[in-house]
Amino acid sequence: MTQLLEIKDLLKSFAQPGGGNLAVLDIPQFQIAEGEQVALIGQSGGGKTTLLHLIAGLLVPDIGSIRIGGVEITRLSEQGRDRFRAETIGYVFQTFNLLPAFTALENVRLGMTFGSGKHKHERAADLLAHVGLKDRLNYRPKQLSVGQQQRVAIARALAGRPKLLLADEPTANVDPNSAESVLDLIRGTCREEKVSLLTVTHDMQIASSFDRLETLDEINQVTHANASAS
Amino acid sequence: MSLIHIAWRNFCHRALSSFLTTFSLALGVGLVVLVLSVYGVISEAFTRNASVGYNLVVGPKGSPLQLTLNSVFYLSQPIENLPYTEYMEFLPQAERATMVSRFGGDPELAKRDGRYAPFVAGGFAIPLALGDYFGEFRVVGTTPAFFKELKHGPNVDEDFTFRSGRALQDFSTENGYFEAVVGARVAKQMNVTLGEKFYPTHGDPTGHGHELGFTIVGILDPTGTPNDRAAFVNLEGFYLMDGHAKPVETDAESDNDSEDVLDEAIDAEEASDAEEANEGQPESDPNTNTEASANNGVRLIQSDITPEQANNLTDEKQSDEYRLLSIPEREVTSVLIRNGNIMFAPGMQNAINEGIRSQAVAPIGEINKLMNLIVGPLLTALLAITVITCAVAAVGILVSIYNSMNDRRKDIAVMRALGARRTTVTAIIVFESFQVALIGTILGWILAHAAIVMYSGQIEDQTGVQVGFFTTSNYEILVLPLVLALALIAALLPAWSAYRTDVGSNLSA
Ligand SMILES: Nc1ncnc2c1ncn2[C@@H]1O[C@H](COP(=O)(O)OP(=O)(O)O)[C@@H](O)[C@H]1O
Ligand SMILES: [Mg+2]
Repeated sequence: MTQLLEIKDLLKSFAQPGGGNLAVLDIPQFQIAEGEQVALIGQSGGGKTTLLHLIAGLLVPDIGSIRIGGVEITRLSEQGRDRFRAETIGYVFQTFNLLPAFTALENVRLGMTFGSGKHKHERAADLLAHVGLKDRLNYRPKQLSVGQQQRVAIARALAGRPKLLLADEPTANVDPNSAESVLDLIRGTCREEKVSLLTVTHDMQIASSFDRLETLDEINQVTHANASAS
Repeated sequence: MSLIHIAWRNFCHRALSSFLTTFSLALGVGLVVLVLSVYGVISEAFTRNASVGYNLVVGPKGSPLQLTLNSVFYLSQPIENLPYTEYMEFLPQAERATMVSRFGGDPELAKRDGRYAPFVAGGFAIPLALGDYFGEFRVVGTTPAFFKELKHGPNVDEDFTFRSGRALQDFSTENGYFEAVVGARVAKQMNVTLGEKFYPTHGDPTGHGHELGFTIVGILDPTGTPNDRAAFVNLEGFYLMDGHAKPVETDAESDNDSEDVLDEAIDAEEASDAEEANEGQPESDPNTNTEASANNGVRLIQSDITPEQANNLTDEKQSDEYRLLSIPEREVTSVLIRNGNIMFAPGMQNAINEGIRSQAVAPIGEINKLMNLIVGPLLTALLAITVITCAVAAVGILVSIYNSMNDRRKDIAVMRALGARRTTVTAIIVFESFQVALIGTILGWILAHAAIVMYSGQIEDQTGVQVGFFTTSNYEILVLPLVLALALIAALLPAWSAYRTDVGSNLSA
């Protein structure tokens, strides 16, 4: 199995407001294979979001290597990472983060606006139809339920045909009834589009349905990140 | 989706704030465009007025501006006059001879070319006699050549055309020497029609009336020149009006010896003194200055004809009742000159100005001076104020966009997470500012031009300049780049804020 994501000897710390550094992540090794679906669980404040930001190239590690599809993204310039992210990474947020000024369709099209890849115009509408929002194309986020908003966000994350979808607690803000269907949708769509998936959650029940379940505590050597300031 | 589309969506999302910002900018731009249009109209009116087909105005020594204001604009206080012989200096021998034999005067005048005739050859010299009023409008005594020779319009190639009637004639069987042509505005304001008679008043608009009436034989089309505001009368008829003849003393024949500059100067003094004396003299008491009244006024032999008899007189006989003024009795206020060859103009102008009695003035120069001296700075000040208004509106853009930045940090972070570069989100902010600038400018332009169109009738009446919705002054082209530049400056701060937006901390917020 070829690895899509390979992380080696990754260190990330933050400068603290009071001075000194807070080590958040120390990951000797972590991989995701192509097409694989991984659930990552961990306590709040453990550094899950930080890890996703690092993989997406929104943050840079102190040291260490992050390879995605053979590209060492820590060596890319900021612009290079932006471009790489636009073309390779899909991101689903806990709070959906739809842009309120845009319709559902436009929000999805934003997902394929910033990359250089040419995507068919109809793809946005097709994706929305796929997530069950065929008749909500021109609704504003405000006019959609939270579950529907997260579906739009999923369609947006996949619009640019990424290789890796990062989902940061995608069901945390969705009511329990839709949570399962939202997750099913993410997993099903990723399978169809042959996209690898890394889902962060602190919901054991959701995590346990994944083939591969990782605990941040196990891959991260910084323990009690909240408590231990070094 | 294009960045402009994204910027437009953001603009629409904050519709009220966007609209108010845009509208305040539109008002600022509208003011600027309005001032520029007024500037355009005024300068066009000025240049139109200056391009009347002659290149020099010759009049008595004094203020060149006042001569121009009098002769070109028919404005300002009346000025001194020149002896008719000064006018004759621009004419060739043949014409001078005709004048001497027709009007009477020193035979010596008929024997030579006018001193400046060679310079004028191929062009024209048209005499003007000013001093009377028809209502508030100046009465201009002139010759039929005025309407034949002078042109107007942007290229100075348009002849005078008549809304009705024709040009005045030197003498006609029906009206004798008393024909008049009125400008478009005079006709409108004084509400006169063809065939009507009017009676010029002397000295100033409220002065006493002359007894002789001029019959209006033509009404000019609007020309956009001061000629719209003038009532033209035949110079010969003008001379025949009471008080328009220059008193001639027996030794005043020395007037014709124009080589003698000292005499000329003295003559000018005397002439003006006499004129002043005449002007101070009430019409009802013509006998105070017997010497003046001997040669003065209308030579209408009416004492022994009854009105019935007068009506039965034939036209020819009527004309016989007037004796045209002799050359020494005649005066002109100024002479409009076009040199046949423009290269002769500077030389002739110098020669005239070196003399003691006359001055030659290029009206375009005087008009430009007037424009640069008074109108220009005034409009520039006005323009500066309106540009400041625009700058204030630009600050409005800044405040509006900057205030929205707090709400938008998350949007920016999301776009970054979707792969947008720092420069991309920065560009979106700048586009938004440009959008406000563009819409504001177009809206302001439309507002200003709509206002101009609403007042186009009055503008044309007052200045003769025709303005339509799409009449633009050259400077208006500069408004959009200027506003865009202001918008760019206004966008700098919010754009910088967008550029620096931290993705991580704003995504989870
Ligand atoms: N930009 C930052 N500056 C300083 N500290 C940060 C920053 N981002 C995250 N942290 C800290 O890193 C730790 C991990 O945060 P995060 O990755 O958001 O945890 P999780 O997503 O697992 O809840 C927290 O203690 C948080 O305070
Ligand atoms: Mg988190």
